Amino acid sequence: MPLLAARDLHLALPDRSARPLFGRPPLTPILKGIDLVLEPGESLGIVGESGSGKTSLGHALLRLLEPTGGTLLFEGRDITHLPEPQLRPLREGMQFIFQDPLSSLNPRHRVEDILAQPLLAFLRVKTRKEARIRARELLERVHLPAAFATRYPHELSGGQRQRVGIARAIALKPRVIVADEIVSGLDVSTQAQILLLLKELKREDALIFISHDLSVVRVLCDRVLVLQQGAVVEQGPCGQIFARPQHPYTRALLSAIPLPDPETGWIDRDDLPVEVRP
Amino acid sequence: MKVSVRFSFGLAVLLTLAVLALSAPWVAPHDPLEQDLLNTFQPPAWFETGSRAFALGTDSLGRDILSRLIYGARAAITVAAVAAVLAALLGSILGLLSGYLGGVVDAIISRLVEIWMAFPPVLLSIVLAAVLGAGLHTVVIAIVVIDWTRFCRVVRAEVMVQRSRDYVASAVTIGLPPMRILASEIVPNVVPLFVTLLSLEMGIAIVVEAILSFAGLSVANDTATWGSMIQEGRQYVRQAWWLMALPMGCIIVSVLAMNALGDGLRELVDPLSRSARR
Amino acid sequence: MNPLLSIRDLALRIGGQPILRGVHLDVHAGQVAGLVGESGAGKSMVGRVVLRLQPEDAHVDRGEVAFDGRDLLWMSEREHATFLGRDIALIPQNPMTALNPVARIAPQMTDVLRMHMGMDRDDALARALESLHDVQIRDPERVLRQFPHELSGGMRQRVLIAIAFACRPKLIIADEPTTALDVTVQKQVLRLLKRLQRAYGTAILFITHDLGVVAKLCDTMSVIHAGRIVEAGPVAQVFLAPAHAYTRALLAATPRYDRPGEALQPIPAALTEQLWNEARTLDTGAA
Repeated sequence: MPLLAARDLHLALPDRSARPLFGRPPLTPILKGIDLVLEPGESLGIVGESGSGKTSLGHALLRLLEPTGGTLLFEGRDITHLPEPQLRPLREGMQFIFQDPLSSLNPRHRVEDILAQPLLAFLRVKTRKEARIRARELLERVHLPAAFATRYPHELSGGQRQRVGIARAIALKPRVIVADEIVSGLDVSTQAQILLLLKELKREDALIFISHDLSVVRVLCDRVLVLQQGAVVEQGPCGQIFARPQHPYTRALLSAIPLPDPETGWIDRDDLPVEVRP
Repeated sequence: MKVSVRFSFGLAVLLTLAVLALSAPWVAPHDPLEQDLLNTFQPPAWFETGSRAFALGTDSLGRDILSRLIYGARAAITVAAVAAVLAALLGSILGLLSGYLGGVVDAIISRLVEIWMAFPPVLLSIVLAAVLGAGLHTVVIAIVVIDWTRFCRVVRAEVMVQRSRDYVASAVTIGLPPMRILASEIVPNVVPLFVTLLSLEMGIAIVVEAILSFAGLSVANDTATWGSMIQEGRQYVRQAWWLMALPMGCIIVSVLAMNALGDGLRELVDPLSRSARR
Repeated sequence: MNPLLSIRDLALRIGGQPILRGVHLDVHAGQVAGLVGESGAGKSMVGRVVLRLQPEDAHVDRGEVAFDGRDLLWMSEREHATFLGRDIALIPQNPMTALNPVARIAPQMTDVLRMHMGMDRDDALARALESLHDVQIRDPERVLRQFPHELSGGMRQRVLIAIAFACRPKLIIADEPTTALDVTVQKQVLRLLKRLQRAYGTAILFITHDLGVVAKLCDTMSVIHAGRIVEAGPVAQVFLAPAHAYTRALLAATPRYDRPGEALQPIPAALTEQLWNEARTLDTGAA
């Protein structure tokens, strides 16, 4: 049984910029019929440019947004329109790592309280003291010194904050983690460390890794799904897609990546298909 | 923890005021209502014609100004503390609910605030005074009734900003119920703003009390308040300018102190601004 | 041939903290020079010193910044201002905040032309149209009447490039101009930049963290770490035979979709520590 499955998933969000004087703002379609399957222990890369709907897809898959159509199954159970109170017990099996740790870690809480929160909410620990000990263990798992437990998020560097975000996500030992652009703001050396950490951790959990960076997805994921304007243009095993991309958009994305090899011809080559021209 | 100079100044002034107000019957050299018609318009003691018996001089009825200022602090402190805190609590709770719950609740509260703010505040307090009769309780009620909207609007806006932050979404993913999220994630982030607003409001309350006294809508004439002292002193400003200047000085210093205390408190409760100062 | 921009032994501190520790850098006329480094290496500060946009509390300890044989660093504020916009232009990092949100595009483009080139309103407008045409904006008349928020990120970056090239400067400082853009948009913008650079023979100092962009765009490159240049040379040479361990480590830490078999290697902690120790000995030597 797949861990997570989406069939013909649709999502529309209110367009606040077009809000009329009275009544509800009109809905803009964001996702237009997404099909995907995630098996246990698998890692799936979701790739797309800004406006492709990749972050919204991540939110919809973990029911941070309610789909407007299609079905969404988590461990075989239909959670498409499950109300939040019934969803809450399932949340410990699905965790999200946010793009910007500075805004996803509450600035008023210390690191140990941030890490203790999920443990206490799902009664994995009984006392605060126990939670603090577990928080230090979690810090160790993401290779941060235990002394960071008493710091505030803004006292850490970008890479360290992202590790705290990862530690919070793995605290409940979820079945699936969705990581949204979690290395995009980082330097290459920090990025490499985080990617290696994720590789180390993903042996246990299934991972959905959302990114605009195909190179990073290639390094980390088993399968890849290419998203363009809310629709899947191509998906399959990384080896296959990267070696023989079938869709022109995928080919355009790949050829637009400047590889670190000196090559004077690349910059003059205009190989973007007409339909993806900005 | 390092405390700023402004904070110490604010705290010192307000503590002094509070102590004086509480112990007025013992520290005041005279009865504030005791008239001494042989010694009217005495200038403060440092003037050549001043007298040791009346450190800050006497008014048109020969009442001791120092004693009246000390008793006046009672009214000021009561109004500042009670009225501002009540207005802040009422407005903030409505603002929290409005911003966090949204929908119908938000619509009702927001319309109420708009209608309320369209009503002229002075008119409102005159009506209140007419209905409730003049007195300190009228001043307190008038301030609460007029100024809760300020808190409601600002807190609502801040809550809406905080609600859209990723850490609220991540609190959802770890299964916290809505009221817990409000309490543990949103409220701590609104507290610094609340403290700032409250300190401003305390200053405003003192000024409003003075204005209402000045307009004769506050306490009965036999109680000493800074506002009523200014109002009386106004008639004799050519002969005895200190009658007006001394209570005005008291108001200015206490409003400054409240604002300084508010800034200092915000730094103390806010880990973000604490590190920004470092 | 003398370089157009020559930075010699530039050292700068902010609040006592060394940011640049003796930077040497040359940009030759008509060439693109890449300055690549991680965040905090001081790469943006180099560009800001040339433009005199360093923060108020920055203190230049020593060094020389020669542009066209004139020393920019120690000349008066007024004299320096005559170079800005006309001889040296900037393409800023964030296209979202670099344009004034409450002004239309037209005045933002023509102001600099009227001020530096002494053009009248009509000439400046004609040049602005030509510049927008240069950056392949399809309907330039319409764009001139628009506000920044009505344009996409890629369009805004094109407008900023048009503004930078409008006065036909000799040198353009481009500070991470494509970092905020999607990869396909980035490619378009880089192509455009290269085309204009060739057409007008402009020199560009291209500041970036992306080794890939340097490899494709630049003629020469310098690698900066902890405020000093650890390696410099022609792009082909540095990439094919990187001489410094840090350059090799940066390359090994960069993920590539075409080489999935190669294990990603973070920069070894020992190397970072050694580099910082070297950098700090420079501080004590100078003090």
